[in-house]
Amino acid sequence: MSSHTSLRTAKDRARLASAKGSTPQELARHLVWTRREFLRGAAGVALGSSLLPSSLIARTGISARKRKVVVVTFGGGARDQETFAPEGQENVPHLLRELAPQSTFFTQVVNRGILGHYVATASLATGVYETINNFASLPPESPTVFEYFRKDLKRPASDVWVVAPSNGFNRIGESSHRSFGPGSGARVILPKYLLGAATSGLGDYGHLLRDSYETPLYAPELSGNIFELEQLETILKLSVEDFRAHALTLSSPDELSVYIVRQLMRQFAPSLLWVTLHDIDIAHAGAYSLYIEGIRRTDRLSAEIWKAIQSEPEYAGKCTLFILPDFGRDSDEDAGGNGFQHHRTGDVISRTTWMMALGPGIREGVVYDRPVDSIDLVPTLGSMMGFTASLSRGKPITEIL
Amino acid sequence: MHPEDLKPEQFSGYPPEARKLALDYLETFRRLPLSFLPSLLREVIEFDFKFPVERRHLEKELGNLRSLSHEDLRAWFREFTEIRLSESLEKLNWIASPAQFVEQLSAHLWATHQMDAFRHAALGYADKLRAAVAPEPPTSPRLGIAVIGQGVDVAPGPLFRKLRTYGAYFSAVNPENGLRQLLEVVAARANSNPAPYGHWYIDGGEPLPHASGVTSVSYQAMEPVRAALLARIHAETQKTGMGPEALRTLMARLRPVELSMAPGGDPVLNRFQIKLLTEGSGTQIFSTSFVEWAAREALRRAEPLTVLARFAPRQRQKPMHELLSPGPEQVALDPVGSLVDADMGAYYNWMNQQRLPGSEKSLFLVWFENHKEAVAISPALPRGTVSTETIDLRGILSWMT
Repeated sequence: MSSHTSLRTAKDRARLASAKGSTPQELARHLVWTRREFLRGAAGVALGSSLLPSSLIARTGISARKRKVVVVTFGGGARDQETFAPEGQENVPHLLRELAPQSTFFTQVVNRGILGHYVATASLATGVYETINNFASLPPESPTVFEYFRKDLKRPASDVWVVAPSNGFNRIGESSHRSFGPGSGARVILPKYLLGAATSGLGDYGHLLRDSYETPLYAPELSGNIFELEQLETILKLSVEDFRAHALTLSSPDELSVYIVRQLMRQFAPSLLWVTLHDIDIAHAGAYSLYIEGIRRTDRLSAEIWKAIQSEPEYAGKCTLFILPDFGRDSDEDAGGNGFQHHRTGDVISRTTWMMALGPGIREGVVYDRPVDSIDLVPTLGSMMGFTASLSRGKPITEIL
Repeated sequence: MHPEDLKPEQFSGYPPEARKLALDYLETFRRLPLSFLPSLLREVIEFDFKFPVERRHLEKELGNLRSLSHEDLRAWFREFTEIRLSESLEKLNWIASPAQFVEQLSAHLWATHQMDAFRHAALGYADKLRAAVAPEPPTSPRLGIAVIGQGVDVAPGPLFRKLRTYGAYFSAVNPENGLRQLLEVVAARANSNPAPYGHWYIDGGEPLPHASGVTSVSYQAMEPVRAALLARIHAETQKTGMGPEALRTLMARLRPVELSMAPGGDPVLNRFQIKLLTEGSGTQIFSTSFVEWAAREALRRAEPLTVLARFAPRQRQKPMHELLSPGPEQVALDPVGSLVDADMGAYYNWMNQQRLPGSEKSLFLVWFENHKEAVAISPALPRGTVSTETIDLRGILSWMT
């Protein structure tokens, strides 16, 4: 596997040391405290108690098997100072003022794995810290949430979908684990790939359709259970012309992803739908204004997804939405990194992120400070939807069950 | 291959001065753990192309290592020896290609969850080294200058929000001849404190005439090199089996002459400029990223007394609908977005300057080009203050010292 690190000269290592004013534990506590206080001040949330009086099923009357879940991850985390801190709140009005007050918010979601977007998303989707090559076309090694869901609940392929940002994510739908065979996971739609195919030879969009901001100069070969252009019409009932025409009205690949999400919701109403947004990761190019634009767009698109959930009859009142970045970004203070641009240092800021959960039975306007692990998501989904994530290393998050 | 088995002939591929240095310290190298030594050799192999300050630092570090007793050495490197390496890592030719080894080591550390342990070991080493080898204070206080907002009539929001608290905000700067005054100050400093690579002028566009004792790097001057590099990368990524690691290795090995750089010239500066493009992220496409990274690397490596970094408008990131509509090919610029980038870039320039010895006396000036706003940071100026007095840049600089 490959990633980056901050191993440089002794001088740099010395700078790292001098920049380190607190222990990682102190930094984590401070980060969590400030995130909570920002939310209290701006969104009016309250500190939650650890246990709820009854189960999710009892609170909602919706059986686990009828529940739907949409997971939105951000491939390209955003730091507090550009989001929930006072100076960043102008960038996330929807998350802060519309979604947070309706959500249970976890201030300390720690990713203890590799901080590369594909491998981190694979870890989120398996509940195991994956160690596959972040930049290769490889499936996760542990079973995915999609495979657990389909096998345990005997669900068809049409009931679980992944919408992902780049070629590198094309194998995310199913693992190489021997307990699950090919075709037992989720179909993966890569909107940028489809758009590239649909507009082949037209326009100058190579820069926009760049596969990954982490490795902007390289895109892995496609393989696996991906969705091809001709299936737009046969499966999504969307002509290539309409797809292309709609793309012409959009400003970014993530907007295209959300458009596909809405098509999926209308055509199949999948019980488990996973979308990874990626516009924020333009930060790797070092242009702060574009990073901020990415955050603002992601904020708006998150709210649009929530509105779509509430407006689609198949989802309204029975869908839980999870929103979480896959991890953070480097702090300005760590000399081993270059601030917002990357996530290479492995420092507390780059490892610690947040998660919000919204939907029926989820307590609104509460915040939990206790550390939650990135890999806790999959067993939590299992408990909510009635399947067992037997090989996950995470633990169900009891505060929302 | 283990360090204790090192032989002189294994360094035959090193450049002349690096080879001599390596042979001088061969006995020392044999005593170091494999988890540490290649990162040291990565610096040694570059010795011929290092700035004078870097050379001194490296020689002092090596001298210190040689002076350590057997017991001291064991204490210094205990944590490094506890890092578990793989057989494949041990088989790599880490003597000839230490950078590749470090890249692979980084991946290994992430994959085996040893990154935190390594980070701790590196920080501990840096602490001990800093205690043993005192950093060199500058011969006079450093001066950093950032010029931002070229081509912008009205800023989209308040500027210098991060820097204002550290210095004095000037709201009535007389902008007339501002750039000329700044270049004159840089020239005067180069004249009064002459030092190789001690005074820098970095421009995101076309460089202005400047004094001969000033090291100059500009985005425009690098245009042919950037074009050659991007063409080379494009060609390489079309080859079967080319992945990001192989691409990075290839880029690290590129020589100036392979990238349309005229033969001759200053080999140290040429190598520095190539590295800006091959190791920087976004430096190939965005001039704002180029300037920020160039200033960071100049500060980190050359520890100059003066850096004037002038940001220029970068190319505009086209939204998707524009990219999908073929039109006449022209590079559009984004002055306002570039101002936002540069405002953050100036903050990072200041932070990077503050990481160097003598930071308590360092001076920093950021100016909105051709406008009336500036912030000056100096021990002589009260923090968080506002001056409405009409003053030119030369006047502000005189107040700072």
